[in-house]
Amino acid sequence: MSGHASTYEPKSRWGKWWDERLPIARLMHGSFVDFPTPRNLNYLWTFGGILSFCLVAQIVTGIVLAMHYQPSDVAAFNSIEHIRRDVNFGWMMRNFHAVGASMFFIAVYIHIFRGLYYGSYKAPREVLWILGVIILLLMMASAFLGYTLPWGQMSFWGVTVITNLFSALDTIWAGLGTSIVEWLWGGYSVSGVTLNRFFSLHYLLPFVLTGVVVLHIWALHTAGQNNPTGLDIKQPSDAVPMHPYATSKDVVGMFMFLIVFAWFAFFLPDYLGHADNYIEANPLVTPPHIVPEWYFLPFYAILRAFTGSFLGIPLGSFAKLFGVLAMFGSILVLAFVPWLDTSRVRSAKYRPIFKWFFWAFAFTCVALGYLGSKPAEGVYVMWAQIFTVLYFLFFFVAMPVIGLIETPKKLPKSITEAVLGDRAAAVSAKH
Amino acid sequence: MRVMMKFISARAAVVTGALLISTAAFAATSGHGPEIQRQQWPFAGFKGQFDKNQLQRGFLVYKEVCSSCHGMKRLNFRNLSQPGGPEFAEAAVKELAAGWPNQIPEMNDAGEIAGKGGELLKRAARPSDPILGPYANDAAARAAQNGALPPDLTLIAKARSVERDPHWLVHPLLMLGDIFRGYQEGGADYLYALLTGYTDAPADVKVNDGMYYNGAFPGHQLAMPPPLSDDRLTEKDGYKLPPTVDNMARDVTAFLSWTADPSLNQRKRIGWQVMLYLLVTTLLLYLGKKRIWSKLH
Repeated sequence: MSGHASTYEPKSRWGKWWDERLPIARLMHGSFVDFPTPRNLNYLWTFGGILSFCLVAQIVTGIVLAMHYQPSDVAAFNSIEHIRRDVNFGWMMRNFHAVGASMFFIAVYIHIFRGLYYGSYKAPREVLWILGVIILLLMMASAFLGYTLPWGQMSFWGVTVITNLFSALDTIWAGLGTSIVEWLWGGYSVSGVTLNRFFSLHYLLPFVLTGVVVLHIWALHTAGQNNPTGLDIKQPSDAVPMHPYATSKDVVGMFMFLIVFAWFAFFLPDYLGHADNYIEANPLVTPPHIVPEWYFLPFYAILRAFTGSFLGIPLGSFAKLFGVLAMFGSILVLAFVPWLDTSRVRSAKYRPIFKWFFWAFAFTCVALGYLGSKPAEGVYVMWAQIFTVLYFLFFFVAMPVIGLIETPKKLPKSITEAVLGDRAAAVSAKH
Repeated sequence: MRVMMKFISARAAVVTGALLISTAAFAATSGHGPEIQRQQWPFAGFKGQFDKNQLQRGFLVYKEVCSSCHGMKRLNFRNLSQPGGPEFAEAAVKELAAGWPNQIPEMNDAGEIAGKGGELLKRAARPSDPILGPYANDAAARAAQNGALPPDLTLIAKARSVERDPHWLVHPLLMLGDIFRGYQEGGADYLYALLTGYTDAPADVKVNDGMYYNGAFPGHQLAMPPPLSDDRLTEKDGYKLPPTVDNMARDVTAFLSWTADPSLNQRKRIGWQVMLYLLVTTLLLYLGKKRIWSKLH
């Protein structure tokens, strides 16, 4: 899994025996022990390891929960309460899993914004980046399916609203959207049948996700890690072996993250959820505000920005279709970022104009998240429309144009120079 | 380039300012009910724990007042004696269950068991049974309650919250404040406000037949008559505080907060052990990391 030759030397006869048959220890050693890591990685680079932890934690807690959960419309809600009340430490497992989903998204959003800031998507890391976008999509699908399972009011109505989005395709081809929706539901409405298949898929997707994560790490170790300067590793003194250097930093980052994780899991387990999900699903009663989980709010705001008219432009019967396309487009556009950015320099550290637009974009995403939590009425709609436009302008105008007109700051000659300054020459010579 | 940027940012500031004003105007005109005040709860925040005595008093209020309409089906009698709850003696709970007026339907795999005359058989509750309300099902409840459905109360404290609509600028700060304090008592604040929120309707509001005016309730009209009044319970009933609406509302709200989250005490206690472990380990790992990296510089 690595672009560099492993320096692994089996020490025991047992190790030799295996090395001649299945050199898995050699592979691991080359990928995670002596793999050359840029010496200037900051704590934002610890989120790769944190995300691997999140994935494993979700799978482990999920498997335990599935031992006690019953995926049926009559029993699902009760079985969650059974887990909370009667299963030994069930409340803890359930909190870890529910809070874990939110933490997974906090980590992945930081990871993505780090990639955007330091230009981690630029050649030769395009495939690595696109695999990341696929991982994000799979995460979102898993999270959405998982939120259905408690079968509370918000589960039920969230599924109803989101699956209904596909009916927008009826505007393209009459009946197409409706057929897809009925096929997803397994009937003419969201029901226990829907819950059963969502449970099945919720159990499946994390393993698909794991497969793509393996490819993501493979691609990472082929292209090598980016770093805050955006420079390639040019000389031995630019890099340090992954172990113990990067690993010792990774565990510090991970434990700092775990402090936040534990704070929510033990003291605020329901802070990130919605009170309505403690009411059992009821197809006859619609909650006053249907909102998705916080990590979907920016995309939800984009979806709902397309009302009858968009910033004065009448949309008529196409409003819903445009909303759906914009929402999916807002994620898919990430896949094209490697080619939308025309800059020759990777890191925003050396890009005086782009840096500002990056932070404006970050603000746009937060603003959309806030607007997604508000009812789609009054000025909220107008603001959602403005920020939706700004969201796409960042990708389709700011990224290509700034790369062409901007004069980057002077780059350091090497990573070593960036870290050590004047002492760089001495260190480089020593190697 | 510089001049152009300046021009753009000046225009942007004007536009943003105009839009801000319109946002403020919108917030001022949209109507909301009276603000629901946050209360002091012994179980609040990151270090609060349930007060056993308060939970016992709260259960008394539930038993004497609420249970005439509302069930508590996700709670078993035995839970009343478990650690972290009201911690009644096991013998007392056994007696309580046996005397509970709403008995348990005898069930077999096919459903309920009928006696020789076709009547459904019921038996006295045991500690392992749920705390049932007076109605066999929702239809029976609605028939008896003029069409209204008294909800099961086990999860009610978690199923309700207080919606706040602060200005967008202070919103993140308030969120951070809640996160640092470990604020999760929105449901309790709401229940307390509801139980103490019955007033005469304002002159311009017409209250429908069979409805009562309550400022805390969404829509301000609800079918539940004011359940509490001063001296509703007395020392003779075993209520040991001055029997004001305020005291009884607080106690029953605390009890409902426990039924919705019975592992709260254990959860926070373990939480602090975990936090301590994580903080110390993070510090040690950081020192180790510094030492490893010091060789490089």
